[in-house]
Amino acid sequence: MISTPEHPMRRVESVMGTTVSLDLREPLVEPGILDDVFDHLHDIDARFSTYRPDSEVSRLIRGELSEEEASLDVRYVLAVCDHLAMVTGGAFDARRHRPDGRLDPSGFVKGWAVEEAAWLIDGAGGRNYWINAGGDIVARGEAEPGRPWRVGIRHPDQADKVTAVLAVSDRAVATSGTYERGEHITDPRSGVTPAGLRSVTLVGHGLAFTDAYATAVFAMGLDGLGWLATDPATAEYAAYAITDDGRGVWTDGMERYLVREG
Amino acid sequence: MPKRAILALAVTTVALVLLLSFKTPDDGVPIRGGGTVAADAGATPGATARPRATVRPGAAAVPGATPTPAATSGTGGDTGAATTVDGPVVDTRYGPVQVEISIAAGRIEDIVALQLPTGRRSGQISHVAEPILHQEALAAQNASIDIVSGATYTSDAYAQSLQAALDQAGLR
Repeated sequence: MISTPEHPMRRVESVMGTTVSLDLREPLVEPGILDDVFDHLHDIDARFSTYRPDSEVSRLIRGELSEEEASLDVRYVLAVCDHLAMVTGGAFDARRHRPDGRLDPSGFVKGWAVEEAAWLIDGAGGRNYWINAGGDIVARGEAEPGRPWRVGIRHPDQADKVTAVLAVSDRAVATSGTYERGEHITDPRSGVTPAGLRSVTLVGHGLAFTDAYATAVFAMGLDGLGWLATDPATAEYAAYAITDDGRGVWTDGMERYLVREG
Repeated sequence: MPKRAILALAVTTVALVLLLSFKTPDDGVPIRGGGTVAADAGATPGATARPRATVRPGAAAVPGATPTPAATSGTGGDTGAATTVDGPVVDTRYGPVQVEISIAAGRIEDIVALQLPTGRRSGQISHVAEPILHQEALAAQNASIDIVSGATYTSDAYAQSLQAALDQAGLR
């Protein structure tokens, strides 16, 4: 942990196949709480990673473990993933999104793990902080009294630039896109990478669902915006998308977050 | 300059208020421009089937299928007639969802819900901005960014990201 007057508690660590960074402002918590946060992420990764042969999910995939025998956490995750598949009409489907048809709940697990890790900070008295896991963010409280966190949406062509700025407090922000790993997201129903959107950024309350819905909207393409804007299940979510032809498109709910001045 | 870019973005935003009305009879859904769509997944508006199409400038669009979008004000130079492209029908648990994209001068002008099942909340579908990819990207330091959201799936991608630079600055 590095401490400076301006940024009392910041951490950066590689976990879950990506890089997770954290910034906690006052009131601070015991430094051990941040250890707990990253321990939790490592623990979830060890049990849910599809890249680790010894993870519970990998054993499930190989058929060495049945879903009935799986731990409560794994069964919970699969149940929520099934719920998300229903709500999204299959646009988010942990059982069908991989080309080989194998189970892969990773699209839900990362956001869920970060959300639970954030509760550890909440429980320890932290109020103003963010955790960013590979571009998917939990942002609680404020950067300083009266100023919400300012979240840049990455420019699709330039990794070091942003293309829009959102002001958020007590929200989750998640982005799905194709500017890296072009084939990362395929529509489970058609097996193809969707046309229509370069990236889509969602703002919601919990990161687990926000992340999963971002995946779903991206898989639907432009139709996903219409879905998000009208489905009762997604009433509290807002989307900002960048289209294939390079335009910003956003739902009505995003208006309150968009920062217009520089 | 970044400030101006943002301001320009805001000023030229096409304020398309697409308030969807939902009478939602069991046999169909009101469509903008009149008529109804049968609420089964395979139905397409009107008697003739329309091709699925991706939305790109210059893509073969279906011209004149629906009236020119009512709201084209605020875009200045767009005087050409809009063409429309229908997105694929997306099945949701409530039924099919389909949007129609209006394109004028190679740019998206409007996004309209063609099909929405019953039980949907009404809402505005979209705000459509000026093209952003060719604009000057916003300089993060001027915009006072705390965090960056992006589809950064790997640690390698993180290393090249603006978030990494922000983290380094914060840890310094």
